Amino acid sequence: MTMQIADGVSLAPPEATARAHKAAARNNLRTEPRAVRIAIITLAIAFLSMFVVLPLVLVFAQAFSRGILAYLAALAEPEALAAIKLTLVVAAISVSLNLVFGLVASWAIAKFEFTGKTFLITLIDLPFSVSPVISGLVFVLLFGAQGYFGGWLRDHDIQVLFAVPGIALATTFVTFPFVARALIPLMQEQGTQEEEAAISLGASGLQTFFRVTLPNIKWGVLYGVLLCNARAMGEFGAVSVVSGHIRGETNTMPLLVEILYNEYQFVAAFAIASLLAMLALITLIAKTILERHLDEGHDASDH
Amino acid sequence: MTIEVKNLVKSFGSFKALDGVDLKVNDGELLALLGPSGSGKTTLLRIIAGLDWPDSGEVSFNGEDALAQGARERHVGFVFQHYALFRHMSVFENVAFGLRVQPRAVRKDEATIRRRVKELLDLVQLDWLADRYPGQLSGGQRQRIALARALAIEPRILLLDEPFGALDAKVRKELRKWLRSLHHEINVTSIFVTHDQEEALEVANRVVVMDKGRIEQIGSPDDVYETPATAFVHGFIGESIELPVQVEGGVVKLGDRPLDLAADVSVSGASKLFVRRHDMLVGPAGSGAFEGAVQHVRNFGPVQRAEVALSGGETIEIDAPRDRELRAGDTIGLKPRRYRIFAG
Repeated sequence: MTMQIADGVSLAPPEATARAHKAAARNNLRTEPRAVRIAIITLAIAFLSMFVVLPLVLVFAQAFSRGILAYLAALAEPEALAAIKLTLVVAAISVSLNLVFGLVASWAIAKFEFTGKTFLITLIDLPFSVSPVISGLVFVLLFGAQGYFGGWLRDHDIQVLFAVPGIALATTFVTFPFVARALIPLMQEQGTQEEEAAISLGASGLQTFFRVTLPNIKWGVLYGVLLCNARAMGEFGAVSVVSGHIRGETNTMPLLVEILYNEYQFVAAFAIASLLAMLALITLIAKTILERHLDEGHDASDH
Repeated sequence: MTIEVKNLVKSFGSFKALDGVDLKVNDGELLALLGPSGSGKTTLLRIIAGLDWPDSGEVSFNGEDALAQGARERHVGFVFQHYALFRHMSVFENVAFGLRVQPRAVRKDEATIRRRVKELLDLVQLDWLADRYPGQLSGGQRQRIALARALAIEPRILLLDEPFGALDAKVRKELRKWLRSLHHEINVTSIFVTHDQEEALEVANRVVVMDKGRIEQIGSPDDVYETPATAFVHGFIGESIELPVQVEGGVVKLGDRPLDLAADVSVSGASKLFVRRHDMLVGPAGSGAFEGAVQHVRNFGPVQRAEVALSGGETIEIDAPRDRELRAGDTIGLKPRRYRIFAG
């Protein structure tokens, strides 16, 4: 359950949330009977406590059930350290790749007109609509011993599956849409006029990108990177298929949680899980802050 | 800097934005491109700036081929319709942008840049806004900052796309006068695009009237108003009455009734008669070329606007001075003081 927390992060654009706030403020004028209001609020809180707060608390309770020393010892295990390190490396690779791809794709979609544009937009969403397990299997088909590139890879002694490259590829595929999806609407709304102005003032392509385009989308970029990172670190399905579960080598944190849990090492399992839960909490806070910045940018351009 | 455009053609898909445009702009001129939306005026401006490329044709600045250069090399100041100010930069940095992105070899030092930006902000009378951000400015202020930013690169040509389009009526009138005097001061060859005839006639030295990707007429504001070259120009500039007439052997007929009007020898067959609303003189019934019944009357300051049903069946609107009050139900005679008849 914990390893799925990062998946649940909302993709609703910040403007929609802002609109919802305004609508809520208006609705305050309409007064339902007091009892109805209390009942609805209680119901919402009870539901959230049961399904969100309670599990989160339980994760930490279980992790610390044998005391803080046992918790720290579980995290200091070589297997745990290896998993944390691998997760960080994989997240770093896939987030940087997706940052570049996302920027290029959204630039192409927002600033140019070309045939097949709608198709490209649909294609970007593909990783969201395909089950992560299938995504993992696709890489097995491509790079496995019986796969299309399997023979070639073996001849050249390159290990993709059951190694860091395979895990990074699968994670990159699954998390591809985040940066692009955060940037496309933002860049479409901003149009190309500021870039045209920069070029007519004598700026080169690079100067235009770094001085005009990037500052305008920086909060959107951070927003996309944040969600992409949360998902990359929490990804289970696709990684599970390509990793091979080699202990101390190809287990990421979510995979290790499952293995430890299946071996009844509850403290160790929940200790790792608590790290992922903390990542989720930090992501939520950072997301809230970023959304505020995105809203401001939106208001400032709203003339 | 003179600009010469030869046989420019540009299509967007099946839409012909420019359909063979020839234009010569003199050094130091303030030229207006006037036309309805979709007439190709903005496309022409963007091609001159290097922001769009023609399908065929030539553009030259002082006789040298401009199409060989990109927008970056052309040194053309462009003021966008919605200003396109850099929203994350202060007003000062917006104006300084063109100076800061120059190649290192020719870039001015910081003190020179600051002095130059200060001068430009003084020129547009907004030096007190230097630290503000575009989002904090009014439309008129943004407009002037956009102009200062374009002037910072000491452009050879200044191009303005609907410079007053997004402003309210009062600010627009002030800025028109201001743009005229600014042009007088800096005297750089300038072209602005507008769909507002009043704006074009008031601000420009010369007006280019465009329709459907073609130039209909080029002339001074007086020329295009007093002697429209085509039916389109007459209909587009000034408020005109348009009547379908028949010309046979120099006799002009509305329906079956001959009118006491003269047509050019070149015109014959189905034609259009154009009269400005205020050029229709009101007389007693039976006098003049037309007869009609006043339908109803509204007053606009010094004039009264009357809807008149002509005996031929058409209804027209005329503007008459208020020295003789018209009333609904009056039968009056109408005589065009000036008129034009165009074939087709």
